[in-house]
This record gives sequence, structure tokens and C-alpha cells, in this order.
Amino acid sequence: MAAYIFRRVLLMITLLFMLSVAVFFLFNMLPGDPARLTCGKACTPDLIEANRKRLGYDQPVLVQYQNFVGGIFFGRTFSADSPEPIKCEAPCLGYSFSRHEEVMSLITRAAPVTFWLAVGAFIIWLTVGISLGIFAALRRGRWQDRLTLGISLVGYSMPSFFIGLILYYFVVIQWKLLDKPEYVSPFEDLGKFLATMILPWIVLAVLYAAFYMRLTRNQVLEVLNDDYVRTARAKGLPERTVVVKHALRAGLTPIVTSAGLDLAGLLGGAIISENIFNLPGLGSLAVDSITKSDLPIITGLTLLTASLIIVANLVVDLLYAVIDPRVRLT
Amino acid sequence: MRQPDSLRVDQRAEAGPYLSVSNLVVKFPSEDGIVNAVEGVNFSVTRGKTLAIVGESGSGKSVTALAIMGLVNRKSAKVTGEVWLDGEELVEKPDSGIRKLRGNKMAMIFQDPMSSLHPFYRVGAQLSEAARTHRKISKKAAREEAIEMLSRVGIPAPRRRVDDYPHQLSGGMRQRVMIAMALINSPALLIADEPTTALDVTVQAQIIDLIGQLQSEFNTAVVIITHDLGIVADIADEVAVMYAGRIVEHASTERLYASPEMPYTLGLLASIPRMDRETNRLDPIRGNPPSPLRHPDGCVFHPRCKYTDRVPNRACFEVRPELLESERNHLVRCHIPAEERRRIATSVLGAGTGGGAAIATAGAGGTGPAAPVGGPA
Ligand SMILES: Nc1ncnc2c1ncn2[C@@H]1O[C@H](COP(=O)(O)OP(=O)(O)OP(=O)(O)O)[C@@H](O)[C@H]1O
Ligand code: SF4
Ligand SMILES: [Mg+2]
Repeated sequence: MAAYIFRRVLLMITLLFMLSVAVFFLFNMLPGDPARLTCGKACTPDLIEANRKRLGYDQPVLVQYQNFVGGIFFGRTFSADSPEPIKCEAPCLGYSFSRHEEVMSLITRAAPVTFWLAVGAFIIWLTVGISLGIFAALRRGRWQDRLTLGISLVGYSMPSFFIGLILYYFVVIQWKLLDKPEYVSPFEDLGKFLATMILPWIVLAVLYAAFYMRLTRNQVLEVLNDDYVRTARAKGLPERTVVVKHALRAGLTPIVTSAGLDLAGLLGGAIISENIFNLPGLGSLAVDSITKSDLPIITGLTLLTASLIIVANLVVDLLYAVIDPRVRLT
Repeated sequence: MRQPDSLRVDQRAEAGPYLSVSNLVVKFPSEDGIVNAVEGVNFSVTRGKTLAIVGESGSGKSVTALAIMGLVNRKSAKVTGEVWLDGEELVEKPDSGIRKLRGNKMAMIFQDPMSSLHPFYRVGAQLSEAARTHRKISKKAAREEAIEMLSRVGIPAPRRRVDDYPHQLSGGMRQRVMIAMALINSPALLIADEPTTALDVTVQAQIIDLIGQLQSEFNTAVVIITHDLGIVADIADEVAVMYAGRIVEHASTERLYASPEMPYTLGLLASIPRMDRETNRLDPIRGNPPSPLRHPDGCVFHPRCKYTDRVPNRACFEVRPELLESERNHLVRCHIPAEERRRIATSVLGAGTGGGAAIATAGAGGTGPAAPVGGPA
């Protein structure tokens, strides 16, 4: 087990390295001059040249990459020979010259917002999705099953920007049930935090809950004809125990896989919900940086999202071994 | 050593049959039409006795067993007739009522022990769950019972094995675990659906012996389902041969082996090699069983029967034969007169068989081929 985890972590690091190379070189080949972005309207050819030098964009791509990786481990200093050098402590993901801030501190500021958004929605959708899925499976073929399936189909096919805008319009603007969303940390003002997060949570959860409801229902129904489920019935167990303890447990693997990867994906930023509800999370940061072609931020965010997915994959694989004793992690 | 409650054998000698099945019919409506899986089955079993149900694949053996256990999905199947278990009728009983009997008064083990145990739970947890479903006992007590049961079914080092997962056990061991699980609440009825089919030949006899041994310990009524007449000869008191959802012959084991009458039974017996009998050549039954969607008119066996010309007026093709008493406790479903059936049997199976050479044993008392049963007194 320990050896397995060790090997997986090594593999993870290799993957991240390869990814960083790919991301770095791909983004560097994009059209557009990063140096131009540093001065906006005030740009003159001389200023652009100077900034290019300050940022290190004048150097060969390979050297730039070397500096970038070096920054992650040891920190780096931008415009070292200018009167006001910018020190960027390790781990340094780069420096955004359009925002005049380290990428790392931008990310650490936005990450908690996205974290709470993703985790809150995750809890809601898993609870709602899985329990509705079990409910539908228990009532398979009856009107309750069809109703649940119908609702999930509606939830599944409604685009989240649509649900988001509708909710925002009625709840906030028309009925004034909630204040205009403005993010605060839950440790600062829990009430306001919840009032801000509840709508985006719902928007995200609707889509995912619909998917997990179907997934759970289908998984349960698929294993419901298996021999060991028949054995469970032959013991005289109540149908609910048969479905939850025996059938659901057996059909859990794909649910865990999806849950892990979906959560990881969301932790990288929920672009639509964050934008509609004015949440300064990673999704908003990403959109903003892309519109401004802020390469250092985009590179940093891409690497972060990719690492999340890679870590989630490892966690999911470890969970398999917890769920299914036949899985040997060696 | 003090026996745990669950292991105490019910000492009340019960006179009447513990299980009586009367005119059991199971139909599955399907897209292609109605699947006639079981078409009017009657039998009964007393505690301490074993009935073997024998027949080819698709003859309705499993569905009969599942219907008794209330494990046929009532939403997708139509079950009629009567199943009396210890004075209670089960066909009309609501699901919740049958559930309390399942695993408690009646238990079942299945063909494939590989897939019949839950792969994700420890053996001990699966056994304890069975105990705790029906009795209010602590987890610890249930675990002790599980260990005790494992040792009784001959699993070595049960204290260690109780924490194994099913995949850590061999097929034979898993079937022992299934048996332990079925017997943990001391059911008075055990149904074993082809308990050895999935096992190595060497293990098969051990499992059958184990069932026989536990049966006398627990004084259980046993229904054992098989398509291999050879394997149950030693432990069955009676044999019912099923064909196309019907019982076609039913007699004490001795009688059935010594003096079979129904042509289908002859075919089954002719295809097992026996030491005590000179078989010319294994003579399997030609053709295939009929589709349960459309049973043939007349005798359901007629498309495969070699003796239809022995019956006048094409009766085999047009008239359904009844299951009639050929001799006391020997029921046969065939138009050919009894005398001639025995002559045919002798010629097919060789000397030493048929012609009333063997007399139905007195031992079959109490476990009669059932006349239709009403409610108990
Ligand atoms: N749930 C079901 N729905 C529809 N048809 C079924 C169902 N269960 C069984 N059948 C059909 O009923 C018939 C009898 O099946 P059954 O399983 O009782 O046969 P069997 O005698 O046990 O055979 P085997 O030796 O293969 O186990 C078969 O034709 C089978 O296809
Ligand atoms: S009734 Fe006719 S077809 Fe059926 S077993 Fe007897 S002889 Fe054969
Ligand atoms: Mg079967």
C-alpha cells in the first residue's frame, strides 16, 4: 500500500512536470505580445521593449521555463536590475503585470471562495442525488420512479446559466428575498456567507444532482439482479437494506469515480456560477485573465486545475481499495 | 458445551408435513408471450426428510423454489396455488410477512457460491447479519454464533476465517459459508438449489454429505434441487422428476431408482453410469425441452418420447396425462398402462430393475407425494 502510494506520487510528479512543459510552451506560442499588456494605453515601443526585458520575455523560451520552474521551488526576482525589483517568494507561480500582483497570492485569495462554493454544492448534490436515486430504485417502474426521472431530466437539460439567471432575477431582484450577493468569509459573517452562497450552490447542485440521481438509480438497478442481492433477500432483509447496504455498495465504484473527478473539476473554478453571483473565485479570475490575456495567471490556474484532477484520480483509486476488498493496490 | 439458542434443535416431533405445495403455478408475462415456468406442482416435505427435485435446465425447478421462498418478483410474475409452511399459507401472504420467515423458518442456498456471497463484506459480517435480521442479539453474540456455525460446517480455523472476504475462500469453502448462513437461524426448511453444480467433482460429495449431516442435527426438512440424479441418491428420501414445469414422476428414492416408469425418468437414469447395473450405452434423451412459451399439446414430453406408438388414439399428442398413482406413493404422468411401463423400464435399464423388483420403502412415511393439500387443522 505504502509502496503503491509512493509510486503513484512519483507518477503524479512526472505528469505535472510534463504538463508544465506542455502548458508553458503552448501558451508561449499563442499570438499576442505579453510585454504589450503591461502598459496598456501608455505603451510606447521603448516602454514595451523595456518591460519585455524586465519580465524576461526577451530570453529564449527554454530559459524562461527554467526561471518559471526555479521560481516554484526557490522563488525568483523580477526586474532584478531595475530600481524597484519585485521579489516573488517560493512557491512563485509568476507575476501578473496587468494586476501588479503575484499569481500565487491572487490564487490563494480566490481559492477559498471556489472551495466553499464547490464543497457546499458537492454535499448538496451528493445527498440529494444519491437519496433520490435510491428512492427511484426502490420504487422502480412506479409513478414515483418516473416522476423522479422526469425531474432529473429537466434538471439535467437546463443550462446552469439559465437556472442561475432565473434564480437571481426572482429571488434577488423581484422578491428581494436575499441581498445582492457579496462574498464574505464564513468565519467573518456566517449568515451573510450562507445568504450569498445558497443560490450558487443550488445552481451547481441541480445539474450534478440530476446526473447523480440517474447514475445511482441505474447502478442500483443493475446490481439488483445479482446473485448476492438475491442472497440478501433470502436472508429476509428489508428491501431498503437490500438496496442500500447490498446493491448500492456494490454499485458504488462509478459513483465514487464521478464524484471525485467532478469535485476536482469544480475546485478549479465554476465559471458560470461565480460570474452570475459575483463570487471572486478561481472561475472569475480565469475569465478575467483570459479576456486580458494575462499569461502568468492563466498558466498558474491551468497547472492548478490539472494538479487537482491528478490528485483526485489518486484519491479515487485509493477509495476503490476501501470500497472493494478485492482491489489490491500493489 | 452449551449450545447457543440458534443451534438448539427443535425437538417437537411434527407429525404433518412442514412444507406443502399445492397446485403451484408461476407465469411470467414477457414481450414474447407468457412464460409458463411452473404449471401446477404438488409435493410436501416433513422435517428430517429430504425431497430431491430433478430435471433438465429450464424445467422450472428454481422458479418453484423461489416461489416458495417468496423470491419471485410479484410485480413481474403471476403466482397461484398454495404454499403451506408450518401452518401458514405464503402465496397470499404480504411481502413483509414472508420476509420474516425467509432466512428464519425457511432458508435457501444457491448454485453459485462464487457470486452468491457479497464480495465487499466479510464472511462473518454476512453471517451475523443473517442472525441479527431475525433475532435481537448483540453484534458480539452474533459473531460468536458465526464462528460456531463456520466450525460446524467444517471450515478450519473459523476464528480466523470469520474475518476473510469471500474471494479469499475456495468454491467449496464458500458453499460451506452459504450453508452456515442458511442454517444460522435453525430453519426448519432448507432449500438447496443445485448446491454442487458449480463445484469440483471432489467437493460435490463433501457438500452433499454436509447437508445430510446437518439435516439430521437440525431435524430440517430439505428440498434439494439438481439435474444429476446420481448425486442425490444417498441423501434423498424421495425424488420428484420435473419436466416442462410439471412433476412427471414422484416416488421414494429406492422405488424411483429400482422401478422408474415415466419414459423421461428412464432417459435420465439411462444417462447416469451405475456400477450395479449393466447399461448398454449411455442413452441420452434426444431433442430439447419445449419452450416455456408454448408447451406442446397432449403429453408435454411427446416430441421427445420413443413410446408414443404404445398409446392408442394418438392420446400422447392430444390428451394431457394426469399425475396418477401407479402404486402407493408412486406417482407417474404417462398414458401407458403401469404394467407395460415397467416392462419397458426393464428392457431399457436392464435386469434387476423394474417389474416391481424393489418395493417402496417404509421409510418414506410421512413424506408422501402430495395429494392436493388444504389448510392444516
Ligand atoms: N424472472 C423470470 N422471467 C421470465 N422467465 C423466467 C424468469 N425466471 C425463470 N424464467 C423461465 O422459467 C423457466 C424455468 O426456469 P428455472 O430457472 O426454474 O429452470 P431450472 O429448472 O431451475 O433450470 P436450471 O437447471 O437451468 O437452473 C425457464 O424457461 C426460464 O427461462
Ligand atoms: S404420455 Fe405418451 S408421450 Fe408422454 S411419456 Fe407417456 S408415452 Fe411418452
Ligand atoms: Mg435453476
